[in-house]
Amino acid sequence: MLDWYHHQSPVFQDVVNALGRVLLFLLPVLMLVPGCIWWERRFLSWMQDRIGPNRVGTLPKSNKLPAFLRGRSFWGLLQPIADGVKLFFKEDITPTSIDRTIYFFAPAVALFPAFALGGVLPFGPDWGPYKNLTPIADVNIGVLYMLAISSLGVYGVVLAGYASNNKYSLMGGLRASAQLISYELAMGMSLACIVLANGSLKLTDMVDAQRQPLWGAVPFLQNWFIFTPYGFVSAVIFLICMTAETNRAPFDLPEAENELIAGYHTEYSSMKFAVFFMGEYAAMFVFSGVFATVFLGGWNALPIRWEALGDSMIVEKLAGLNYWLAPLWFVGKCAIGISAYIWIRATLPRLRYDQLMSLGWKSLLPLATGNFIVVALWILMTRVYGPGAGWISAVVALLIVFAIYASVLRYGKMASKEMAHREVRLIDPATRGVNLVKPEAEGAA
Amino acid sequence: MDTSHLNLPDLGLFAIIAGVAALAAIGVVAFPNAVRSALCLVVNFFMLAFLYFTLNCEMLGITQIVVYTGAIMVLFLFVIMLLNLGAPQALLERKDLKWVGGTIFGAALLGLIGSQVMTPLQNIMEPRAEATFGSPQSVGLTLFSEYLYPFEIVSILLMIGIVGSILLAKRRMG
Repeated sequence: MLDWYHHQSPVFQDVVNALGRVLLFLLPVLMLVPGCIWWERRFLSWMQDRIGPNRVGTLPKSNKLPAFLRGRSFWGLLQPIADGVKLFFKEDITPTSIDRTIYFFAPAVALFPAFALGGVLPFGPDWGPYKNLTPIADVNIGVLYMLAISSLGVYGVVLAGYASNNKYSLMGGLRASAQLISYELAMGMSLACIVLANGSLKLTDMVDAQRQPLWGAVPFLQNWFIFTPYGFVSAVIFLICMTAETNRAPFDLPEAENELIAGYHTEYSSMKFAVFFMGEYAAMFVFSGVFATVFLGGWNALPIRWEALGDSMIVEKLAGLNYWLAPLWFVGKCAIGISAYIWIRATLPRLRYDQLMSLGWKSLLPLATGNFIVVALWILMTRVYGPGAGWISAVVALLIVFAIYASVLRYGKMASKEMAHREVRLIDPATRGVNLVKPEAEGAA
Repeated sequence: MDTSHLNLPDLGLFAIIAGVAALAAIGVVAFPNAVRSALCLVVNFFMLAFLYFTLNCEMLGITQIVVYTGAIMVLFLFVIMLLNLGAPQALLERKDLKWVGGTIFGAALLGLIGSQVMTPLQNIMEPRAEATFGSPQSVGLTLFSEYLYPFEIVSILLMIGIVGSILLAKRRMG
């Protein structure tokens, strides 16, 4: 079989290899989506101090089972299967006055970018046996590819909202397009900082750069970008933007249930809704993977440079573990990212629409641009005066950026006249009238 | 005719991508529904990007997707949906002699572009660019050395555009 394969034309071999890599990426992501849904429901219920789905898959208390299995429930792990069966057998209602072609087309369009985004993510080392397995395409435009594909995510939502011929759906679609366009800019700028510091758009180069000594000074620790000052700022901006790009709480305005019923997927039922659902979770997974690759050292388990720790037996074993189980560490980091998504959802209330816009345009974009200038300054100072001067100037410049930002924010707050309109009106039972309560006095009252 | 230099899988790929692009381009003008026309334009831009990919110009192709498919066409759709153009029948044009003039001018444009483009394309056997052509590194080097002044002037122009649009929006609001 292998012999026959090696005698085929190189084009054929390339195509088969590429298809294999695609399957190796797609199948795990598809299989992990139900797990993500289960984890979200259980983790969220734990955070909200309730039990959550814990019953599906409970074994009977029959004597035929071994004693330790009788009546065990396994934390409701089979719940996603029950959910899937329910979604399959639900009545599939198609409204009458829709744009039929686009209506059926939209869920597929929503699913595509979520999976295509993973095309450049390396989930293993780029040498040794993993070289042929990952990433699917190691193109020299990796980061640009990611930005391009994530910018396509808006189409599924907009088309679904338009084709449904429902005012709430259309509102959801329009909100989504405005939101995604706004947050793409800050996301691009935050990634551009890392690209500038790293000098390459390739994601494998990015992971290699994070295997260098920390800050160029600590030989036994890895230089994960989240540990550098500019990288930390970028990481925070990217984390906010990726939450907004995947339409997750607190940025889930396109599907805000108390304003828009269910937003863009109001008119979708059964499997077509399930496809939107799946696309959202796959996008969460892949964006967590992007975050892990760009800021958290990619497939490396811990920020420790094993090769700098000498060559004793145990160090070699641990380095081997780090190398051979690389995909596991990568998926572990994705799981941490998804848990962060759920944590954010459980913690923060949904933003108002004008707050969403002002956060994106007035806070994140200027901050990311300032960070970009800081990185450029750091590179210049390092090239001219050496690494020490570079770091000092980077930290000082970052502090200056923050100071300017804070003062601009305060000035803006003082100058804004709209604050008067945003006071909360409460009905005071004692006076039976309407009292104006200032927002800051709300806690005291 | 000597066909030994033709790479058949590449040619098939080109035929598929170019065919879809051409069909989408026809769809842009043929559909009476504005949203569908815009969607056809999206497909067309996408296929154009794929054509660049097959020619080893990843950078150009991805820029095409980022700028046109990801940003400009989303805004187009946004505006079309906000405008709510109404029934497609209202958009149908009256049948008059405009199409005769249109056909003549279209044929003239085709002949003009064709005569300029076809001559340099004769006898080209290697359809791809070199691997380094159009890579991010070479584009960056060229932009910031040879074409630095045009680049800076364009950036100032864009800045003026941004400030101007903010000014216009403010005036309308106040």
